[in-house]
Amino acid sequence: MKSRLQLLLFAVPALALYGGFFLLPAVQGLRYATTDWDGYSPSFTDVGLANLTDVVSNDDLFRNALTNNLEFLLAVVIGQTALALLLAVLLAARSRASTTLRALFFLPTVLSSVSVAFIWKFVYDPNFGLANNLLGAVGLDRFQSAYLGEESTAIFWVAVAQVWFHAGQMMVIYIAGINQIPEELYEAARTDGANRWQQFRHVTWPMVAPATALVIAYTSLQSFKAFDLILGLAGNPPRSGLDVLSTRIYTTFANGQLGYAAAESVVFMVAIAAVTFLQNRAARMAHG
Amino acid sequence: MRRAVLAVYTLLIVVPLVVIVGGTFKTTPELFASPFGLPADPTLDNYVTVLADQDMPRVLGNSLTVVAFSVPMTLFLGSLVAFAVARLPRWPSRILFGIFAIGLAIPAQAVMIPQYVQFDRLGLRNSLSGLILVNIVVTLPVAVFILAGFMRTLPAELYEAAELDGAGPWACYRRIAVPVSYPSLAATAIFLIVMHWNDLLYPLLFIDDPGKRTLPLALLDFQGEYLTEYPLLFTGVVIASLPMVLAYALLQRHFVAGITAGAVKG
Repeated sequence: MKSRLQLLLFAVPALALYGGFFLLPAVQGLRYATTDWDGYSPSFTDVGLANLTDVVSNDDLFRNALTNNLEFLLAVVIGQTALALLLAVLLAARSRASTTLRALFFLPTVLSSVSVAFIWKFVYDPNFGLANNLLGAVGLDRFQSAYLGEESTAIFWVAVAQVWFHAGQMMVIYIAGINQIPEELYEAARTDGANRWQQFRHVTWPMVAPATALVIAYTSLQSFKAFDLILGLAGNPPRSGLDVLSTRIYTTFANGQLGYAAAESVVFMVAIAAVTFLQNRAARMAHG
Repeated sequence: MRRAVLAVYTLLIVVPLVVIVGGTFKTTPELFASPFGLPADPTLDNYVTVLADQDMPRVLGNSLTVVAFSVPMTLFLGSLVAFAVARLPRWPSRILFGIFAIGLAIPAQAVMIPQYVQFDRLGLRNSLSGLILVNIVVTLPVAVFILAGFMRTLPAELYEAAELDGAGPWACYRRIAVPVSYPSLAATAIFLIVMHWNDLLYPLLFIDDPGKRTLPLALLDFQGEYLTEYPLLFTGVVIASLPMVLAYALLQRHFVAGITAGAVKG
């Protein structure tokens, strides 16, 4: 009993800091969300649930950010999962070349989001950028584009940058999954005359289902919370085509609407919880 | 087919990086005229400009200070909690772990506004200690998750002999749990270093004083100053990334283990 108390003492410093500077403000945020506080005035008015109902029902800017966020999430999840799996299948076998390539493909993950944003800003620059430059050089001028300048598709090009940034990280998770598949399963499949596609379809794909669930879970949270990359690529504040929930909250706050921004954060939290929940359901069905 | 796919993706990774690094030795007109070519007349002017005009040594120092304090503190506090989680009986352990698991579900973007108010009131805005503190509390849940995951797998027998000799929990933590957990501590450390070194959100929110900027924030400020002076932007990118890239080249396996452990648990 004495040692149990001593063990609890071990957690006290961490609990004090994390409770005081993370959990407590999280709760305070709920309070701010019901006020019209600007963040510096000495007084404010209690507006009840007015902020929350505004955010949910009649805020076009917020709705636009949510739509962009979901489009971004969908594009990144589909693109990143497919690419990570493809790369993992191609690099799962150990050889010197595959070890080198794995290391190279993982490399972008250690860069900062702002660095990655600047790299892709140059790729997409309509006048001097690498993408249009390359298209011009191979005679495909008609595919040249303004990329981030195209209001309706800009978010898609940010998704490409995000996939470039983190696909290698997800590839590593898939490689770990593939390496756990017993070799006998492939031998049995080959004995039955399965070709490489059939081996993938009937052995690899079902056996990496847990890895897929993990990759999709992590990718969707990562892309739903994306902030740095978007701010770096789009500028501050982002244009409407590139505004997502986290940048919207930041902009509202920077405009001196602290109470309203807190209400947006609450909705953001609920949206994250919903993404996580749907995601868990889907994973369970996939395993089911 | 396999080779073609790998070759294309290799180019997609390598070409932008080579153009960036090459661009730091070019003038703006040269970069625009031949982005892919070798620098015809390599210049170090961009580095001189960035290091001198941009107060870069101080910015680098700020980033180093933040990482040097927040990473060990998070590791120490997180490993203490993880040890308690691993050694406590079932229910107290679950509750303690659950409290930190809540933090995994709450994204920083949802807490940042009340945190801003709180840090402002306590006079912790515009200070490196404020950044260090907020880094610690935001990443503690992940550290606890990774470390507890590891320490839970250690068998109780490991501690029993020491306890018979009268060793208390502190001695068990220091002389057994920490040394045995070295691999997972190293993985967590790398995850934290990358997170803290690259973080933009909190510096953007907490720091107004130019003298207190960290690298990612200084880099973002560049964009406003130099707009399309890409060679200067690239020089900032290289300076900000070099420490991480070098460390990655040396400690590859640990980096992959650390960052994917963060991915898997976080």
